[in-house]
Amino acid sequence: MNMMSGPDDPNRARKEWLGLLAKSPAADVARLWAALDLTPAHDVLRTPEIGGVMVRGRAGAVGAAFNLGEMTLTRASVRLACGTVGHGYVQGRDREHAVQVALLDALMQTAAAGRIEAGVLAPLRAAMAGRKRSRAAKSAATKVEFFTMVRGED
Amino acid sequence: MYVAVKGGERAIDNAHAWLAEERRGDCAVAELSVAQIREQLTLAVNRVMAEGSLYDPDLAALAIKQARGDLIEAIFLIRAYRTTLPRFGGSIPIETGEMTCERRVSATFKDAPGGQVLGPTFDYTHRLLDFKLAADGAVDAASEADPDGTATPHIMSFLDREDLIQSEPQTDETPADLTRTPLELPASRALRLQSLTRGDEGFILGMAYSTQRGYARNHAFVAELRIGAVAVEMDIPEIGFAIEIGEICVTECETVNQFQGSKTEPPQFTRGYGLVFGMSERKAISMALVDRALRWKELGEDNLGAPAQDEEFVLYHSDNIQATGFLEHIKLPHYVDFQSELELVRKLRREAVETYPMQEAAE
Repeated sequence: MNMMSGPDDPNRARKEWLGLLAKSPAADVARLWAALDLTPAHDVLRTPEIGGVMVRGRAGAVGAAFNLGEMTLTRASVRLACGTVGHGYVQGRDREHAVQVALLDALMQTAAAGRIEAGVLAPLRAAMAGRKRSRAAKSAATKVEFFTMVRGED
Repeated sequence: MYVAVKGGERAIDNAHAWLAEERRGDCAVAELSVAQIREQLTLAVNRVMAEGSLYDPDLAALAIKQARGDLIEAIFLIRAYRTTLPRFGGSIPIETGEMTCERRVSATFKDAPGGQVLGPTFDYTHRLLDFKLAADGAVDAASEADPDGTATPHIMSFLDREDLIQSEPQTDETPADLTRTPLELPASRALRLQSLTRGDEGFILGMAYSTQRGYARNHAFVAELRIGAVAVEMDIPEIGFAIEIGEICVTECETVNQFQGSKTEPPQFTRGYGLVFGMSERKAISMALVDRALRWKELGEDNLGAPAQDEEFVLYHSDNIQATGFLEHIKLPHYVDFQSELELVRKLRREAVETYPMQEAAE
């Protein structure tokens, strides 16, 4: 079961930004991170590590779980000078991406959150929505509009 | 029996150097980049990810380049790489019902809620070579329309509501993993599905086709075929909750099959299921048909002795890397083996001549 994050979920906001940062292209994150021009002092708790995650599906879409195959994932963790810990989990094998996400995750829990939201998360969210919108529009254009031929006398 | 044979090093080095040169081809022709393969040979990339059992389009594209387009060799490279990765864990099962469908068709219900969406399909093309592609790469932009935003629930759920289809009880058991424990028979459905989704597309297609032609016929309707992106979620202990760690494209096929009912079940439809990485609908449909054929025992059907019902036959022969490894090893030196065979045949012939001298004279 997916743990849907309802409006009452206290972790909803962090869940959202971590998901957005994990799924966004590494190049986009790198560009927006560089534009922020932040160099927060930090310790690396976990150096970037590339690994795999076994992706699971369900028999008949709804039944018992089975192993579909793995995907690549890179993770890293940092601690800011103020003690805030950030974790980066990103799809693919880009170490820089994982470190930047860990830093962004930590900074989002500090007073810098507003700057990160405006400078990184908002543009990433817009880019992702744009990509989805474009594919959804092309897909909608291929929707079949059935019409039935009337046969017989009247 | 193998005996170490030395002396081939120089020949091997030179063979590999020549391989690299042949891979590059005519240097007057621009070199193919990994990004070009990833973007323009997407379906080959998808197949390598599905059968290599690792979702990473860049790696799959690199493997295709390195393998000179030999997809089984590319799958081999991905499988080998995969074994070097530490396993961070398992995902929460993906929710294909929440897929952003780019293609979604049903052969059973014309007016399925959410509609029938063709997506970028080869269907309805005339399969005539398009010489324009050889001339220039310019393409017209695809048409766009306003998405109506209607939900696309699984079509099977409508039959489920009426109790017309065999139910699929959800469990939260961790499925067995054939990449960790060798496959043993009888295999659970989870293991069969894992084996089928990474199995050779051609083999699974052939097995599926055999059921259509009458070997354990189970007359499948494609209730739904959907392709699109789904989020992958995983529990992260140090964060304390599950987050989305990525997004993958998958193809899902659900079939509805005839079922007469049994002592414990009233007549109802049964299911076959296919789920494959990437856009791979031939494979997903094939997987669903073979999955259904392999379920004869749990559904109380007769064993008709058909190949597609034989899980040992199907599961032990569907992996193209295992098959290739064993098949191709016979081209490697077997000098000693063959020497002993040669001695044996010579001896048998000598004995035969001694036993039946007249027969030889008569010839």
